[in-house]
Amino acid sequence: MPRRWSPPPLIANPALRYGLYTGTLVYLVLAVGSVQVNWTRVADGMERGWRFVAAFLNPDFSARWGEIVQGMQESLTMTFTATVVGVALSIPVGLGAARNLAPRAVYLACRAIIAVSRSLQEVIIAILFVAMVGFGPFAGFLTISFATIGFLSKLLAEDIEDADPGQLEAIRATGASWWQWVDYSVWPQVLPRLVGLVLYRFDINFRESAVIGIVGAGGIGATLNTAMDRYEYDVAAAILLIIIAIVMAAEYGSSRLRRFVQ
Amino acid sequence: MLRVEELAKRYGAGAPALAGVSLEVPAGEVVALIGPSGAGKSTLLRCVNRLVEPTSGRVHLGDLEITALGPAALRAARRRMGMIFQEFALVERLTVMENVLSGRLGYVGFWRSWLRRFPQADVDRAFELLDRVGLAAFADQRADQLSGGQRQRVGIARALMQGPDILLVDEPTASLDPKTSRQIMRLLVELAAERGLAAVINIHDVPLAQMFAQRIVGLREGCVVYDGPPSALHAAALTAIYGEEDWSHEAAEGDDQAPAQPRAQKPPLVHRDKARSV
Repeated sequence: MPRRWSPPPLIANPALRYGLYTGTLVYLVLAVGSVQVNWTRVADGMERGWRFVAAFLNPDFSARWGEIVQGMQESLTMTFTATVVGVALSIPVGLGAARNLAPRAVYLACRAIIAVSRSLQEVIIAILFVAMVGFGPFAGFLTISFATIGFLSKLLAEDIEDADPGQLEAIRATGASWWQWVDYSVWPQVLPRLVGLVLYRFDINFRESAVIGIVGAGGIGATLNTAMDRYEYDVAAAILLIIIAIVMAAEYGSSRLRRFVQ
Repeated sequence: MLRVEELAKRYGAGAPALAGVSLEVPAGEVVALIGPSGAGKSTLLRCVNRLVEPTSGRVHLGDLEITALGPAALRAARRRMGMIFQEFALVERLTVMENVLSGRLGYVGFWRSWLRRFPQADVDRAFELLDRVGLAAFADQRADQLSGGQRQRVGIARALMQGPDILLVDEPTASLDPKTSRQIMRLLVELAAERGLAAVINIHDVPLAQMFAQRIVGLREGCVVYDGPPSALHAAALTAIYGEEDWSHEAAEGDDQAPAQPRAQKPPLVHRDKARSV
């Protein structure tokens, strides 16, 4: 009867185990060593960074107020319309991308749409759409709609795949048609989470609308970019503070709403 | 009413879940399907309404050959087979009323069902059934607010809402306490008798099956190894179904201790020939 016991290691082979440990350590040391730091540039930058931070203590809302308001309106409009259109497109794609609902061909097509949408970062899509339709909020609208599809359809499809099979089976057994089956057994199971995800995506989309403005897709990001280019850090600070306030308000509002629908 | 011929089902390459089951259930008869886990009881029920597609064999419901139907005709045929589930399988976030009315989905069009505008006759019938199962006051409660026994009553009402000819009942009491189990079984047997429905009930609890069914079918490894009345379910039959054990508690011992058969309208069918073909 043995008396010594220790938990079995994750990797059984000791040579492989210690080999991996040393390999990782050596790579880490070499990687850190390869980063070159220009300390004089850092010292310069610290000062510039500090001016930026100081501007936050003294934001200037009035100098460019008209441009800020216009940028905000553009961003909010862009966010709202793109979220609505994105959600409207995500629902059919999400249904198609759920393995337990869709035939194989539809499943693969919808998964491909999701993969393309998710593999491209918003800024890259925005650059592409700006090239296609020109500067301005329309490019931003297209970008955010497209990015919403990847995010929402994937999570919706995964939620559908996690649905309780008993409930799906029970409605199928009543002789319901495919759409009735979706309406009565799939939909009630995924709806609360879908509402939560849509609200969450609205938050994200608003933040994205600020970022993609920097590459020319309109909205508050464009205003922010202009302010930075002019070294008007106090204006930039005002814009960032407004963005923070709106994101926090959206966050608070959506969490209240989510609790309401659960 | 229900006629199953040489039904077989094989999942993947392993041993078949059903290896040629033949069974006939006349209208109005309550059959308990017993057998160890993995004997194919659930598969058999699901092959009848083709929630699981059988590998071979035929299923007839009245004059209709279920196994020969295309998708639309199959959906129409499923309306005639009410199914009741072990975990109740109510749609948790819908109200009791919506769950009961979902039994009519095969009869109404998509838009009507989507708008929850069911025909007046259906609504009347749903209230009647809820009243019959003792849940009239719960129509607007969400299904996940009910207790286990109440949920199963809703499940029964949903199945009856279809206006079925047969009830396919999968472990109706496995998630319930002993008292509620008896109440649910009694309700099922009463309702089947009232409406002249055939019922096939999968059940693990042998004494409960003996108490309420008119006929017992024992399944083992996808084959019927017993088919006869509860009173003839002796230790040898139980050994044939479940394997070697001390069956002195469950086994029927003689006429003086024959289990009660509540409201058995007619003498149970006996197929002793099959019982011997172990």
